Amino acid sequence: MAEKHVDEISGVETTGHEWDGIRELNNPLPRWWLWTFYACIVWALGYTVLYPAWPMLTQATPGILGYSSRAEYAAESAGAKIAQGGIIEKISKSSLQEIVANPQMNQFAIAGGASAFKVNCSNCHGSGAAGGIGYPNLNDDDWLWGGDLDTIQQTIAHGIRDAVDPDTRIADMPAFGEMLQPDEIRQVAAYVSSLTGTPKNAALVEPGKQIFLDNCSSCHGEDARGNRELGAPNLADAIWLKVNGEAEIAEQVRAPKHGVMPAWQARLSSDTVKQLTVYIHSLGGGE
Amino acid sequence: MNNTITIGGLVAGAFLALLGAGFAHDDLFAAHMWVLFFCLAISTVVVVRRVDFSGAGRASSRDDQSGYFDEVIRYGTIATVFWGVVGFLVGVFVALQLAFPVLNLEPFLTLGRVRPLHTSAVIFAFGGNALIATSFYVVQRTSRARLFGGGLAWFVFWGYQLFIVMAATGYLLGITQGKEYAEPEWYVDIWLTIVWVAYLLVFLGTILKRKEPHIYVANWFYLAFIVTIAMLHIVNNLAVPVSFLGVKSYSAFAGVQDALTQWWYGHNAVGFFLTAGFLGMMYYFVPKQAERPVYSYRLSIIHFWALIFMYIWAGPHHLHYTALPDWAQTLGMVFSIMLWMPSWGGMINGLMTLSGAWDKIRTDPIMRMMVMAIAFYGMSTFEGPMMSVKAVNSLSHYTDWTIGHVHSGALGWVGMISFGSVYFLVPKLWGRKRLYSLAMVNWHFWLATLGIVVYAAVMWVAGIQQGLMWREYDDQGFLVYSFAETVSAMFPYYLLRALGGAMYLAGGIIMAFNVTMTILGHEREERLPGQASANLQPAE
Repeated sequence: MAEKHVDEISGVETTGHEWDGIRELNNPLPRWWLWTFYACIVWALGYTVLYPAWPMLTQATPGILGYSSRAEYAAESAGAKIAQGGIIEKISKSSLQEIVANPQMNQFAIAGGASAFKVNCSNCHGSGAAGGIGYPNLNDDDWLWGGDLDTIQQTIAHGIRDAVDPDTRIADMPAFGEMLQPDEIRQVAAYVSSLTGTPKNAALVEPGKQIFLDNCSSCHGEDARGNRELGAPNLADAIWLKVNGEAEIAEQVRAPKHGVMPAWQARLSSDTVKQLTVYIHSLGGGE
Repeated sequence: MNNTITIGGLVAGAFLALLGAGFAHDDLFAAHMWVLFFCLAISTVVVVRRVDFSGAGRASSRDDQSGYFDEVIRYGTIATVFWGVVGFLVGVFVALQLAFPVLNLEPFLTLGRVRPLHTSAVIFAFGGNALIATSFYVVQRTSRARLFGGGLAWFVFWGYQLFIVMAATGYLLGITQGKEYAEPEWYVDIWLTIVWVAYLLVFLGTILKRKEPHIYVANWFYLAFIVTIAMLHIVNNLAVPVSFLGVKSYSAFAGVQDALTQWWYGHNAVGFFLTAGFLGMMYYFVPKQAERPVYSYRLSIIHFWALIFMYIWAGPHHLHYTALPDWAQTLGMVFSIMLWMPSWGGMINGLMTLSGAWDKIRTDPIMRMMVMAIAFYGMSTFEGPMMSVKAVNSLSHYTDWTIGHVHSGALGWVGMISFGSVYFLVPKLWGRKRLYSLAMVNWHFWLATLGIVVYAAVMWVAGIQQGLMWREYDDQGFLVYSFAETVSAMFPYYLLRALGGAMYLAGGIIMAFNVTMTILGHEREERLPGQASANLQPAE
């Protein structure tokens, strides 16, 4: 053992070793530190007695409390279901019209629909359902396929142009770039633009109208107000889904862009689809 | 090191890299091998130009084998400062990316690539170099022995820098095995293993040939760090490469076993890299700077063994409420609680070492830095066990609270104790009377401290708000917020966090300047802290 050495400032003995000028005092372990350490160990051992902890040959000790996180989750879910008072069962047995007519079910469905909308729909339609270029605004009364409860439900459940669903809605505007001359396309774009605004060249409107009647009116209607049976948009209002201005109208006539909406019945329960329907219907444009 | 071996190894490595680039199975491997080739080719040219052909028999001071081997430590200190500033800079960039997603510049500078660049730069490049440099310094002084293995220490230093460059360029190219803090692919992992074993040899060899009867406590911690990191690195990275000429590999583990192995690694990277290693640093530099004995030898023994025994089991607390069986979650949690006091043993020993020298906190900004480091160490090693409690974790998990916790440990403890050690080392290593400027150390101290406080406080608020928003249900049992809404609610916090990081970065840049000027031999004329101003005369 090295020689005894006492630190002058603290009056405490050192261990007698020295490394590069560093010595070590021989202070005892601080009592509060030691007892807190013991307390932590006792608490830890106690916890392992109460909860699943020590692995044995075939399974771990289950703990006196019989806790399992799966059981805890199941109990919490069951409790939440009871708190809802069987209203989901009521919704699943009722028609959409009955749900809307019943204030309790209606309120529940709107809340549930809003919640499901935030998770599943807001990515495209926006958190306020106001849509954007290529994604319809769901707050207004300008519907592509119709705004009554059953039609909305059909659209949500089966989607639009979703190849995996045989009942999906299909609207397939042909690419008129293969059928019309470029100047004819400019003329028809000028005509469509004139319905709600001022075309750049008024002289193109008259020949454009004739081209429209010959080529477009079968779907969009002679008055250009669209056709919900075919999903053909109304061109006589100032609401534009995909285009902004005359040049983009011409581009959409030449080579149309087509949006896709998933068939949500494959991902959501029919109850959730019902709630979403009631929620969308409640936003302002419901028919 | 023998020049022939060095140059031969570099040329052979460059040739193999060229072959790898030529016969690569995928474009990424080819690109990465070109990076390797250019690194090795440039190194070859540099080494060849430095060879002294003017008479082999003449003894130069460089070949003096009698004293301590400090040249590699000088390089390591410079690398520490350099990688520190780089890592902090990338960190501020990542923070701004989170606030302004438009800064995700595809393809190389997206968050997914820059984030591991930041974590690896600060942990492995900055922290790793600090640990290697200080451990080489400390083990020589406390063993009274020159580093073992001659030029092997150079291989450790340059081999480690090559690992850093290969890891960093790999991330930017998009090469990753997707394991947090262990992102490099199999071939970079193998290289690090070789370097690390060399590091162990140098360190252990020096201890074995020591002239002191006992091994100093700092060296216990350094050795625990080196040995355990080797074990963690090898086990967690066990993988089968798809091709020996391609980047992709598949882990030896799958499913929840993979997750548990990963967090056994991840948590002990914190425990043994960022805690044990830096405790080694503390146990040398704090008593040296305070010029006081270590507070309690007994405490150092007990808390050392308790720490390394407890830490290794605490990893499962990263997997609460997951597919991990309940019993493993329980054990991860209770070992974390038991870890609290062993961690605090280091804090007590560090702080109480100042007894009899508390006045130095007022007069010595380097001491102040070290004390602040220990204070943050104590705070984050209390916060950690608390967050491992399942009830707390159910709120804090996956939120920015975790990020705040990591940074109070990383910026506060790891960063500050490293800065203090660098400020201690630089004048000694370059034979200067003092640092270029102690006032700048003071500026660094305050910028760093305020930066951490802003960062940690903002992330607490952000994390708790985030956790509460995620679990908010309305009276009918529906979630109130969508995930996107909880993300956009974080914007002001992310902005403030970037501000805190920028302050920390500014402190780092001041340190780089101060260290550079000290190395160049300048001394700034200034009134030293605690030294009475010439204008102030005592009364009477």
